[in-house]
Amino acid sequence: MNTQKITKNKIKGIIGRHEAEKTSLIAILQDMQNEFRYLPKEALVAVGKHLDMPLARVYEVATFYNAFSLKPRGRYLVEVCAGTACHVKGGFNLLAKLERELKIECGQTTKDGTFTLEQVRCLGCCSLAPVVRIDNDIHAYLTQDKIPRILKKYRK
Amino acid sequence: MVNLVIDGKKIQAKEGITLLEAARENGIDIPTLCSHESLEPSGACRLCSVEVTKGNRSKIVTSCIYTVEEGIKVNTESERVKKVRKLIMELLLARNPDSDVIIELAEKLGVKPQKRFLPDHDKGKCILCRLCIKTCETIVGVSAIGFSSRGATKIVGTPFDEESDVCIGCGACAYVCPTGHIQMETTGDTRTIWGRTFKMTACNVCGRYFAPEDQLKYISQKTGVPLKELSTCTSCR
Ligand code: SF4
Ligand code: FES
Ligand code: FES
Repeated sequence: MNTQKITKNKIKGIIGRHEAEKTSLIAILQDMQNEFRYLPKEALVAVGKHLDMPLARVYEVATFYNAFSLKPRGRYLVEVCAGTACHVKGGFNLLAKLERELKIECGQTTKDGTFTLEQVRCLGCCSLAPVVRIDNDIHAYLTQDKIPRILKKYRK
Repeated sequence: MVNLVIDGKKIQAKEGITLLEAARENGIDIPTLCSHESLEPSGACRLCSVEVTKGNRSKIVTSCIYTVEEGIKVNTESERVKKVRKLIMELLLARNPDSDVIIELAEKLGVKPQKRFLPDHDKGKCILCRLCIKTCETIVGVSAIGFSSRGATKIVGTPFDEESDVCIGCGACAYVCPTGHIQMETTGDTRTIWGRTFKMTACNVCGRYFAPEDQLKYISQKTGVPLKELSTCTSCR
């Protein structure tokens, strides 16, 4: 998925797909996050206007959920599971290896904008531990030595 | 009317009121931090915990949100209540070691800082009770502030931590905050709050700077009273 350019029209388009009701807030934010890979400030302002909701309320929700990011994320989101099962199976080693390979720390985005590295709690597939999710692909039973090859596939 | 007993005293209370209200009506004092008579209670600080006995079962409840029930016995000073209250106070002390209000309240309740709860120094004096946010939203009506993030990093502030363009500088949030977290500085013709500096209006009779211009404009807009009439301070009116 490519990082999309943020335009007023795109923001309007996403908002227009939803009813102007408070309960649409999270669904709109999800669509924005998918489209832009993060929630730009102007988008949050526009959502607030559309739903007749103060920016402070929109901001509360946008900062509450980990699924939303207020900073631009890279083209691919690399999520290292730090849930109990993955932790016990050495998930932290995978994180360290990814940090070395991507030359960034957890929470950062590579200079070329390709990868953002984050940690998550239990992805819900503990029997495959330790796992790393890149975009929507789960990489199961992952070991450090497999990481360079996997990253190469996405870099192309 | 509902019949109940609080601290051994037989009490009749109006249906739907909270245990805290019923206790206060009868001169029984329960310590609180986050309850305010003009705002909906939220049960955030837990300091108002009391013990409720129904039949032969008893439980700890927060008196500011628990409504009166027929036949219950409420104890505001039982051993169990004292233990819970002490723990809550110890945790508050660890979270906000610099809040005078909390330090004083702890002293009053005979609670000392505990070694096992490491004090925080990044939370300011805020107990995350939401009183300021509710005041700004429901009483002032502008919603300039809110919480952001969650868990250990949750804080109160303006969106993006930037100067708010809806804030009118009224200071109601700072006034209502039970622990003195919100910084507001008024010096002569300016007032600074939430990182934004407001111009103050001088009373057109006595010349005293008494309210931010933006606040008077907002009131004028809401009520239809001309700005000029609002430019006289309350003592000169
Ligand atoms: S700033 Fe004060 S009123 Fe607002 S949430 Fe914190 S403690 Fe409560
Ligand atoms: S702990 Fe990693 S998937 Fe559950
Ligand atoms: S006063 Fe009841 S929870 Fe704070």
